[in-house]
Amino acid sequence: MLSETQSAAIETHGVCHRYGDRVALGGLDIAIHTGEIFVFLGPNGGGKTTLFRLLSTLIPLQEGEARILGFDLRRESRAIQRRIGVVFQAPSLDKKLSVAENLTHQGHLYGLSGRTLDVRQNEMLARLGLSDRRRERVETLSGGLRRRVELAKGMLHWPRLLLLDEPSTGLDPGARSDLWDYLEHIRREEGVTVVLTTHLLEEAEKADRIAILNEGQLVALDSPEALKATVGGDSITIQSSDPEALAAGIRERFGCPASVVGGATRLEQPGGHEWIARLVEAFPGRIESIMLGRPTLEDVFIDRTGHRFWREKEEVGVG
Amino acid sequence: MAEIRGLSPFLESSEKRGTVPPGARIARGVGREPRSTSIAPAAEPLTPNPWFAAWSLCQREWVRFVRQRNRVFGAFGQPLIFWILFGAGLGPTGGVSYKEYFFPGTLVLILLFTAIFATISIIEDRREGFLQSVLVAPVPRWSMVLGKILGGTLIAVAQGALFVLLGYTLGFHWGPLALLGIVAWMVLVSIALTSLGFLLAWRMESTQGFHAIMSVLLMPMWLLSGAFFSGADSWIRYVIAANPLTYGVAGLRRLVYWGAGADSVQLAGLPEMWLCCLITAAFAAVAFLLAWKISSQRTTGDLL
Repeated sequence: MLSETQSAAIETHGVCHRYGDRVALGGLDIAIHTGEIFVFLGPNGGGKTTLFRLLSTLIPLQEGEARILGFDLRRESRAIQRRIGVVFQAPSLDKKLSVAENLTHQGHLYGLSGRTLDVRQNEMLARLGLSDRRRERVETLSGGLRRRVELAKGMLHWPRLLLLDEPSTGLDPGARSDLWDYLEHIRREEGVTVVLTTHLLEEAEKADRIAILNEGQLVALDSPEALKATVGGDSITIQSSDPEALAAGIRERFGCPASVVGGATRLEQPGGHEWIARLVEAFPGRIESIMLGRPTLEDVFIDRTGHRFWREKEEVGVG
Repeated sequence: MAEIRGLSPFLESSEKRGTVPPGARIARGVGREPRSTSIAPAAEPLTPNPWFAAWSLCQREWVRFVRQRNRVFGAFGQPLIFWILFGAGLGPTGGVSYKEYFFPGTLVLILLFTAIFATISIIEDRREGFLQSVLVAPVPRWSMVLGKILGGTLIAVAQGALFVLLGYTLGFHWGPLALLGIVAWMVLVSIALTSLGFLLAWRMESTQGFHAIMSVLLMPMWLLSGAFFSGADSWIRYVIAANPLTYGVAGLRRLVYWGAGADSVQLAGLPEMWLCCLITAAFAAVAFLLAWKISSQRTTGDLL
């Protein structure tokens, strides 16, 4: 694997971004290693998309420092643009053009032309299973196929770093798993660093490392396994008619922390299965349902932010 | 290829789908010149040529235009109908039939409409996301602007040339030199109008907004350019003289009457050719530079 060199593909120091008065990113320090698959996970509005726009050079850096592949984001954006591939969340294909025509224009914008472009284009089309679609207009393709064309477009000029914004949006599970196969392939075979954003917890599990962003702040940064290990054991979630009273009862009786998250009483303890029996006996009739779970990334998120990943509006006060 | 095959549908090659038996391509590759399988990445990141990138974007404009046929009717049909109806209904002006008087003006109207339709597409590019990928590509902004404006110009001149052919029905007999002059003039005027359209469209988020601009700014600009009436006896002549498009129309009128004497009735009261050249070239240059300048400003619409 090429990722043994631990030089940073992306390095940021104190990156802030504001839209008017609203702070979208509040002082971000992150180092992404060369050759890793790195995921920015967070709810919508957490700051992922702003960060993506900054890193892809679409919007200027307001505050802080960032280096991408060793180049200064503020002063050397052209050098960065030549070396990165960008796949936007919104489609960037010209629907009136064919698949091949879209790739041709992309090639010309990135310095590929003539036979080199032909060969590379055919290679990308074959690799993404698009060879027999090359003459079809993009407007006639399904969402999954279009995303493949977007990938071919982003990878056409052999970028060292591929940035993807919510790449799974609108893909069915099969196409999503294909996408990940491809990302793992380019990382393994070509040593490409892959950085993507997602709001899907299960998708983030596949990354080498995850940064969890919430309200413009970095709340966690590690491998999925390490993050889950930081949560105190199994999670127990209890539905009842009065979750606050139940949480207070648990705290009083067992002397362990219990909180109310999303209308349910919740505690984290090692050996969760023993706790189920204990709790049901201790509060007869008050428990409607009780659930035991291995720690998930959502538990990590709750642990770090105090609220659910997908929270309802009235819960805002809890966080 | 072996490691690629069997990974997933995302990585499949044509062998896997059965169009070519497995291994056939590899075997064929040995016998023949190895063709279109793989290419080694360049050692250094590639540097695009901004002129070539602009040309590529210009070609894209042309292809899109050809594939959206209804645009042809809008930009060519309406001026043509105006020309036929006004030509039939209005009396002789400036010593010639109205149809003849109105000919250069109609030509400029075709250029105006086409240029406008072409630049409205910048709003579509933005809304459909295509623009985003151009904005993060390693080419300077002027390359993108030039591509758009050259594309619009090419489309406008092609439609204008079609209308010029109709001029032969009026009894004009242009030689190759006169035709060349007319085409070159159309290019210059189209660059000016397309750049102006780009300037107006860049910050807009919907095409509806553009229609308002069209009615209150661009149509009056055309009406007051000497295309429709000379206004020689009224205060309006000062407005006409201050309109840069006036010199575009006047230059075209002079080229249409290529070879006619300087004192001929058709050219009476028109600005001199050198003045037409100077002002139209300045119009094109200033509009292009402003389009370039505005394109380096970010708008919220860049972000989808």
